Amino acid sequence: MDEFRILAPTAILGYGFPEESFQAGMKRNPHLIAVDAGSTDPGPYYLGKGVSFTARRAVKRDLTIMLKAAVPRGIPVVIGTAGGSGGDPHVNWNLEIIREIAAEEGLNFRLAVIGAEIDKETVLDYRRRGKITALTPGPELTVEDIEKATRIVGQMGTEPLIQALDLGAQVILAGRCYDPAVFAAPAIREGFAPGLAIHLGKILECAAIAAVPGSGSDCLFGYLHREDFEVETLHPARKCTVASVAAHTLYEKSNPYLLPGPGGILDLKNTRFEQVGENRVRVYGSDYSETSPYRIKLEGAKKEGYRAVAVAGTRDPVMISRIEEIIAGVKEKTADNFPQTSYYLNFHVYGKNGVMGKLEPIKEPASHELGIIMEVVAATEELAMAICAFTRSTMLHFGYEGRLSTAGNLAFPFSPAEFAAGEVYQFSVYHLMEVADPQEFFPVRLLTVTGERKGTER
Amino acid sequence: MKLTEAAVVIRSKNSGPYELTLDVIFREEKDFLRAKETQLFNRELVAELYRISPGDVLAIIDFAPAKAYKINIRRPVPAGGLGDTDVYGAQQHAPLLALELK
Repeated sequence: MDEFRILAPTAILGYGFPEESFQAGMKRNPHLIAVDAGSTDPGPYYLGKGVSFTARRAVKRDLTIMLKAAVPRGIPVVIGTAGGSGGDPHVNWNLEIIREIAAEEGLNFRLAVIGAEIDKETVLDYRRRGKITALTPGPELTVEDIEKATRIVGQMGTEPLIQALDLGAQVILAGRCYDPAVFAAPAIREGFAPGLAIHLGKILECAAIAAVPGSGSDCLFGYLHREDFEVETLHPARKCTVASVAAHTLYEKSNPYLLPGPGGILDLKNTRFEQVGENRVRVYGSDYSETSPYRIKLEGAKKEGYRAVAVAGTRDPVMISRIEEIIAGVKEKTADNFPQTSYYLNFHVYGKNGVMGKLEPIKEPASHELGIIMEVVAATEELAMAICAFTRSTMLHFGYEGRLSTAGNLAFPFSPAEFAAGEVYQFSVYHLMEVADPQEFFPVRLLTVTGERKGTER
Repeated sequence: MKLTEAAVVIRSKNSGPYELTLDVIFREEKDFLRAKETQLFNRELVAELYRISPGDVLAIIDFAPAKAYKINIRRPVPAGGLGDTDVYGAQQHAPLLALELK
């Protein structure tokens, strides 16, 4: 095989794609349809709580189109970081969707499900044996971080995916997975160079984000060769240009030249980009070397409590000029009213530094109005709501020097003014763990998925 | 010349929960090279722009294939942690907009 063709439908499973782009990709006879379903960007909540950041119906829509096109033609479908975070509840959620689609569409296939959760006892043991290292500038891993995590996932490399293909899987549903691996693994299995395969995977995992105009909701097509690869847009409105593809190499990465992953490092120091058509870019020179020991990334989140928020605004120039001392005064009164109570109270002041917080260089707001979000995190929802309600009423009637608007300091857009915002999580584990075997923590389970109309249609 | 005239992209994003990464991509190679020659992006400048200590400017890397500069800074609060203001880190680029390319 001299060319391995890959269709990447969308940047994140559930972000959608135009069907015409997808069909244009199918016309190019792909050897693989693969999609990354996850990210840590939406924050620690989804991993900690065990829920997806994408909507069920959106994931089902995308997967229905993919499976209906791929399964009858024998094209493998590989899904990485199922359910957004790749823990067991995320994988099971997506598995349920796959079963539903198979039943509705009458599809039969062998499905490999690859778990990625690692139990806390194992992580504690590895920590004790000095096998866990921090990812600077993150902190060292403590026993408490591990024990308090609601779940810990490991990021698998290409090996468990290759194993699943070797076992005859037609569709792979993987837990937390190195983003490029879903694209690279089947290509590496066919003997293509890991450097090119992983670099291509890095680009395809964000699909049309690497095009111009960029989009997280459109397809991208990859052609992998022995000495290079090419990426191509499938929608007439988009193009791959040297600038857009090279720029994507920077995206969300700390170092554009050296990109570490499970068990190896992608080296782009000699990578070259070349325009080979109006919407097509050739890439070559990308290198890869294995690293020893083999390290996988761990991710875990712990629960901090429950959040309540109140949204308000002020249009009063005196209030705006004194906002810092008013906030300090409200915090003090809240503390007086809830003594010996552990809680977190924060004011997000939009129009001042709501977006950049401590990093905001402009210290004096020039805005004629300010938006204020009062945020409380406490051990229970009831307590968070109670403190938030107190803070809201205290700020509404707070007396400050020079006050003219004595009927109330705040405009509330909503009634009720405060909302329960659910559980609050924080990343507690984001570390590297040294493993002896890249497959050890990623068990492959083979299932036969049977649609209702087995053998009767198609 | 204003940086906003020379650049096609000025953006920020998380790189993991503990880092923010700022990308500046130039339109013309000459402007990228000019930024490189004049060391437009340096640790002291970035520290001053973001009111952080120079030690929290983790890396400044030029990437010629994309005519780009990448600047990594330490997040004041880990992504999604208590006190965070921008979970994706996607709106932390504005202090770069006022820079001049000399």
